[in-house]
Amino acid sequence: MNFGLSDEQEMIVSTVRDFVEREIYPHEAEVERTGEVPMEVAQEIKRKVIDLGFYACSFPEEVGGAGLSHLDFALVERELGRGSMALTHFFGRPQNILMACEGDQKERYLLPAVRGDRMDALAMTEPEAGSDVRGMACTAVRDGGDWVLNGTKHFISGADHADFFIVFVATGVDDTPKGPKKRITCFLVDRGHPGFTVRDGYRSVSHRGYKNCILEFYACRLPDAQVLGAVDGGFEVMNTWLYATRITVATMSVGRARRVFDHALSYAAERKQFGQQIGKFQGVSFQIADMITEIDAADWLTLSAAWRLDQGLPANREIASAKLYASEMLARVTDATLQIHGGMGLMDDYPIERFWRDARVERIWDGTSEIQRHIISRDLLRPLGA
Amino acid sequence: MKVLVPVKRVIDYNVKVRVKADGSGVDLANVKMSMNPFDEIAVEEAIRLKEAGKADEIIAVSIGVKQSQETLRTALAMGADRAILVVAADDVHTDIEPLAVAKILAAIIKEEEPGLVLCGKQAIDNDLGATGQMLSALLGWSQAMYANKVDIDGDHAVVTREVDGGLQTVKVKMPTIISTDLRLNEPRYASLPNIMKAKKKPLDEKTAADYGVDVTPRLEIVKTSEPEERAAGIKVGSVDELVEKLKEAGAV
Repeated sequence: MNFGLSDEQEMIVSTVRDFVEREIYPHEAEVERTGEVPMEVAQEIKRKVIDLGFYACSFPEEVGGAGLSHLDFALVERELGRGSMALTHFFGRPQNILMACEGDQKERYLLPAVRGDRMDALAMTEPEAGSDVRGMACTAVRDGGDWVLNGTKHFISGADHADFFIVFVATGVDDTPKGPKKRITCFLVDRGHPGFTVRDGYRSVSHRGYKNCILEFYACRLPDAQVLGAVDGGFEVMNTWLYATRITVATMSVGRARRVFDHALSYAAERKQFGQQIGKFQGVSFQIADMITEIDAADWLTLSAAWRLDQGLPANREIASAKLYASEMLARVTDATLQIHGGMGLMDDYPIERFWRDARVERIWDGTSEIQRHIISRDLLRPLGA
Repeated sequence: MKVLVPVKRVIDYNVKVRVKADGSGVDLANVKMSMNPFDEIAVEEAIRLKEAGKADEIIAVSIGVKQSQETLRTALAMGADRAILVVAADDVHTDIEPLAVAKILAAIIKEEEPGLVLCGKQAIDNDLGATGQMLSALLGWSQAMYANKVDIDGDHAVVTREVDGGLQTVKVKMPTIISTDLRLNEPRYASLPNIMKAKKKPLDEKTAADYGVDVTPRLEIVKTSEPEERAAGIKVGSVDELVEKLKEAGAV
């Protein structure tokens, strides 16, 4: 067993961290204040990342990526997790599901996404279908040789900057012994396509400036050429490609927790009350000890899940454990850090309140903590017939 | 033209340094180490010269502990072509003094015959700022220290230097030794393709003995101590009081 990083991995980590500290941090306060990423800032970040060869770096070299392993990419995302999501969005991490593109879809979607010419967004969630993906009400029905889409998607992250969308809709119902089950198909839909509208979404307490949008499909007509994967094969592309991406929340939570922890540590060492540094009080020092222990635990849990993906080992449960633990760890670390800062922690002069707010969504999106616990426990109990 | 760039592994500039309990130096155990920032500027300048077609090969050299290999990999990832590691110490707390470094560099330069040496003006750990000048004396080469702008033009270089009174421009004969000041350039990030290529670039490992240089310290460190803590200020109630206090302090 070797827990060390290679020289390349060390350099990847230090380069991405330097980049986040120098190119992302300086813009965070403004994004937080205005809730917007200025277009020129977004373009500048994107251009620099492309120049550095980090844009879409998890994609294979054959399609223009850097072919990073799951572990390497987890290290990249861990460092990105330090920065504001609204800004690191432009670091360029297209959905790897685009690898399912075939024929001229590659020229139209995959390659431009990897080059950074076109940005994508994934659309799955609906007002009535969150964790229960099969409950989706968006449909596509055959009309002549085409498909006609109707319905609404919401909470679509990054939709405001997306040039095209990867949209999952129901394309029929199967009768099974367990009752009716919807068939799902994945479509590629261009922004501005007739019958398709992107609307502003809700204002979220977490990740200001990283917007979620509402997508509306009204008699939106698409040819077969827009189907990603097979007709009725939505679950297959989802399981093939989205399986590994669930680790993202875990990696980014670990990176952010380390940044937050540094604030807690230095404040505990500097702030004086009752004639001494508050870090000398056991009530504070023990929190510091618990925080770093949990961060390290989450870090190793996450990296080992990524390593399993690289080894081709089953990682479903491990990814779920990493996502569950890292996101809940981040909640505890941000809360304890705020507590150590006292009243100042709540003031928006300091970034602590923002980290605390941002942490809340990590336990919800990409599968709630409860869904992760379900995945973990089913993985263990199903083989035993329970 | 070959460019030789010496790089030093030093305590990272973000680390809050701690003096060892016995006062013999700064505690370097389990501390983040990085390339000396002025050396990073030197590597960047060398890469720019290569990009401008004025240099064809960049050789990075580091002299110190074996771990300096990481510093050389960083230089290779930024764009240096090959590297030479001269292991001259086992303990991370051993600092190789400028004269020994300059002698080893002089020996390497005799083998490699570069047309230019670009080095940092000083290392941020001991701030001695002497290696470049000593190397110039040992080789009998011209020198242009504290460069703020470098223009290589055939058999000479025009270098703008940062001096106390402002800027001074000098013209020196090649081959020459130029040390870099803070404002010469802004070093680039290592690109991902270069990070991946760095491992494949040659890194020769040597020892100080290979160059017949005695690295035994000639200087004795008597004591290392923390800077005195700044005393807390006082609050004044009015402008009049402020003026009075300033007069007391002899400031006005």
